[in-house]
Amino acid sequence: MFDHPKFECVIGLEIHAQLKSNTKMFSSDSTEFDAGDNQNISTVSLGMPGALPTPNRLAIELGIKMGLALGCQIRRTSVFARKNYFYPDLPKGYQISQYDQPLCENGKVEYLLDGELKSITIERAHLEEDAGKSNHYGDYTLLNYNRSGVALLEIVSGPDLRSPAEAAAYAKTVRQILRYLDVCDGNLEEGSMRCDCNVSIRFKGESKLGTKVEIKNINSFRFVEKALEFEFDRQVEMVERGEPIIQETRLWDPDKNKTFSMRLKESADDYRYFPDPDLLPLVIDEPWFESIKKNLPELPLARLSRFQTEYQLPAYDAAVLTAEKSLSDYFEKVVISCGNPKGASNWVMTELLRELNDSQLTIENCPIKAQDLGAMVKLIDSGDISGKMAKSVFLEMWKTPGVTPQQVINEKGLVQVNDESTLAKMIEQVITANPQAATDYRSGKTKLFGFFVGQVMKVSKGQANPEKVNELLKKLLES
Amino acid sequence: MDILSLSMAETLEQYKQKNVKPSEVAQCYWDRAQKLNPKLNAWITFNEDFLAQALKADEKINDVDWSKSPLWSVPLGVKDMFCTKGIKTTAASKMLSNFTPPYDATVVERLKSAGALVLGKLNQDEFAMGSSNETSFYGPAYNPWNLEYVPGGSSGGSAAAMASKSCLVTLGTDTGGSIRQPSHFCGLVGVKPTYGRVSRYGIVAFASSLDQAGPMASTVTDAALILESMCGQDAKDQTSSDQKVAPWSKKLSAQVKGKKIGIIKEYWETSGLSEDVKQVTQNAYDYLKAEGAELVDLSIPLTEHAVAIYYLVASSEASSNLSRYDGVRYGHRANFENLSGINLDLFYSKNRGEGFGSEVKTRIMLGTYCLSAGYYDAYYKKASQVRRLLQEQFLNAFSKCDAIVSPVSTTPAFKLGHRIMNPLQMYLNDIFTVSANLVGIPAMTVPYGLSTDGSGLPIGVQIMSKHFDEQTMLDIGFALESASTMKGKFAHV
Repeated sequence: MFDHPKFECVIGLEIHAQLKSNTKMFSSDSTEFDAGDNQNISTVSLGMPGALPTPNRLAIELGIKMGLALGCQIRRTSVFARKNYFYPDLPKGYQISQYDQPLCENGKVEYLLDGELKSITIERAHLEEDAGKSNHYGDYTLLNYNRSGVALLEIVSGPDLRSPAEAAAYAKTVRQILRYLDVCDGNLEEGSMRCDCNVSIRFKGESKLGTKVEIKNINSFRFVEKALEFEFDRQVEMVERGEPIIQETRLWDPDKNKTFSMRLKESADDYRYFPDPDLLPLVIDEPWFESIKKNLPELPLARLSRFQTEYQLPAYDAAVLTAEKSLSDYFEKVVISCGNPKGASNWVMTELLRELNDSQLTIENCPIKAQDLGAMVKLIDSGDISGKMAKSVFLEMWKTPGVTPQQVINEKGLVQVNDESTLAKMIEQVITANPQAATDYRSGKTKLFGFFVGQVMKVSKGQANPEKVNELLKKLLES
Repeated sequence: MDILSLSMAETLEQYKQKNVKPSEVAQCYWDRAQKLNPKLNAWITFNEDFLAQALKADEKINDVDWSKSPLWSVPLGVKDMFCTKGIKTTAASKMLSNFTPPYDATVVERLKSAGALVLGKLNQDEFAMGSSNETSFYGPAYNPWNLEYVPGGSSGGSAAAMASKSCLVTLGTDTGGSIRQPSHFCGLVGVKPTYGRVSRYGIVAFASSLDQAGPMASTVTDAALILESMCGQDAKDQTSSDQKVAPWSKKLSAQVKGKKIGIIKEYWETSGLSEDVKQVTQNAYDYLKAEGAELVDLSIPLTEHAVAIYYLVASSEASSNLSRYDGVRYGHRANFENLSGINLDLFYSKNRGEGFGSEVKTRIMLGTYCLSAGYYDAYYKKASQVRRLLQEQFLNAFSKCDAIVSPVSTTPAFKLGHRIMNPLQMYLNDIFTVSANLVGIPAMTVPYGLSTDGSGLPIGVQIMSKHFDEQTMLDIGFALESASTMKGKFAHV
């Protein structure tokens, strides 16, 4: 538990999510991540004379989707505005963003932290274009404009977070929702999701906000937490020393585990926002809005609680299975195919996730089809194969993509022997072959039971139903 | 055949009759443009391939598809605001004096595909900021009617080239009157279409919500013909309209009987309105009335504030539009031989300080101020609000009339150096023209008389009509043209 006797931590996040479109926000340039330097450019993204922006309909749609998932109100008419400032990686000398009339506002998101349900307000989420990238080398700088103009959704939370752990949990939830909606791939390392943290401290019980510091350059959730922890401690120390907190932007240095000052913000920057006269107001008509709303998938938290009630799964299992939409979709297909949620969850969570993890595959590339895994669980449930046999069936299926469990069983002759008279014959054969052991067992050496089980399984070539062997063996030995 | 005496439509007819070849026409205009340029300074850059392109056209004279190439082999002069693929495009600024675009503006692309041949790039005020062509980095252009006078601005080079018959038709841009005022000063037909009619893609942006491109021509028919090829929606410009382009030139009618012509009272009462301009405009009213049009008195009180609104809006947008000229990717870069002590701020201020002229700097500062925190509400926002009210007043006026006829400017052309030191007087020059841009309606100039003070300068009248009703405007222009005392009068240069 994050707690301090005197001070409270106040955090709000600004999350930039790169919208999953093959083209940029206002031009048809490619957004491919691996492209060579300055390959994804055009007259528009380079800000050439007379070049004009044309909005990307898909990006707008993704923005609306995310806005709805964040519980926001979606403005039917929002406005693109110019944010004016000079920097070499900003080709036009202004960034097209949204200012006083953003696409999404007044939302609320729930998230879980250690099993506890929390909620946070979303002030706004607006569309904007990214800047290029400046690469500084000693006394010169190289500019790469591939990112210039890439579509972003900036999600601004209220200052509602009270601990670094809450901030990380909220950020993870946003990422999970982004991925559920297929709006953004949420890759912090590649920068397709960026997390800027605003943090201030105040005395407990006080309602006025303290001077905030913005931390940028955080590329993992672990670092969100670490950077905020460092920053909280730093601010507390400053206040306790009687020093004022300076409003500034700080960068996180993951090697030194600390933040350092990038630039001071002496007064609010004047970006001279005004409506972009090159673009019409962004009007979302009802049919468009309704079709987006209608096609919104089930969100992670809803799915998590449905898995708990509908499938009677423990909270932990439900959380693992709903972490990614694709995994939860897979799991549900397995359930449909076998009708046994507990069995399905056992196999997906243990064998399947382990194999995926070992071979560094995602569920999308899983060699075993969900319906085949379901069929296998069904074969266990019907007693056609034992759990032990299932493991080798599973491995066969893993090694041979597309093969069904029935095919594996047929090929390997892996059929469980359930017939009692057949089993009884095998057991009698084993008892007859081991008279001394039988006598010893009957005179009290019950530890020998395991030996007999092993012998019967050997005789059956592993195909005897172990439960029935136990049952019959006991009866026959003791008779 | 006297090639120079033909209008564009007449020249096209001669091509169709095969009485003249593109190379003959091209050579004629090329020679004249070259000969007169030292006098007029109308051109910044000539297209070195122009004559070769005309020669190539000669070979195809027998199989021209006139429906696809209505402007086949027309020598075209292009204001230097339009990007032209492979031809230097400077906006008459040192900032872009080394800039050759790898793309054509949509308008240029369309006119080229209609068959027009670009003769060269025309002088103008720097970034189209000016009313006299005196702010050009390449020096002023001169009025062919009288070389002591300015040709107007900002499309001064287009006007000078056209009035001196240095090409068959020219393109201008009009943000607050930059096509209409020089057309008035030089005795030309100049049209600013409805905002959204013409794609702005590839035209160096001055004030995005006001800029429109249009033709400057010798006849209303020629202007209408060019417009038909220029106009129409462009996927690259979201503000371009999907309104259908009509065959304006074919439908032209000089019949004004029953048309209601509005006269704006406030314009008529403007101080400084010269007697000559008054008289010529009155002659136009008299003619229209005699032909059966009904004259309607209108009051549009907010026109009094139009110039103020215009300079706030235009400068604000310009301050942002011109931010891209920073010397980072293209354009003027100062000499930084000794890099020590150079930081980013200095890099920008040296590039921009050297690249921009003083009028441009004035407007950037004015616009930056208007958009700044603490001033935005009082200036940019207030101006935008009053602009909307002005739009309402014009729409209301158009419920009472079909078109408005007015002076273009308070005076005919003024002398070089006469107003350049007095920006306020220069800005007031735009008093009759800026409203059409603020409201977005089409407006044009038609030459209608000459000054009587001995300077021998032309005087035009302005016609404005409803949004997308270019036809009514052109029809009235056509009617006035037929009665104009300017018919058959040319500048002797």
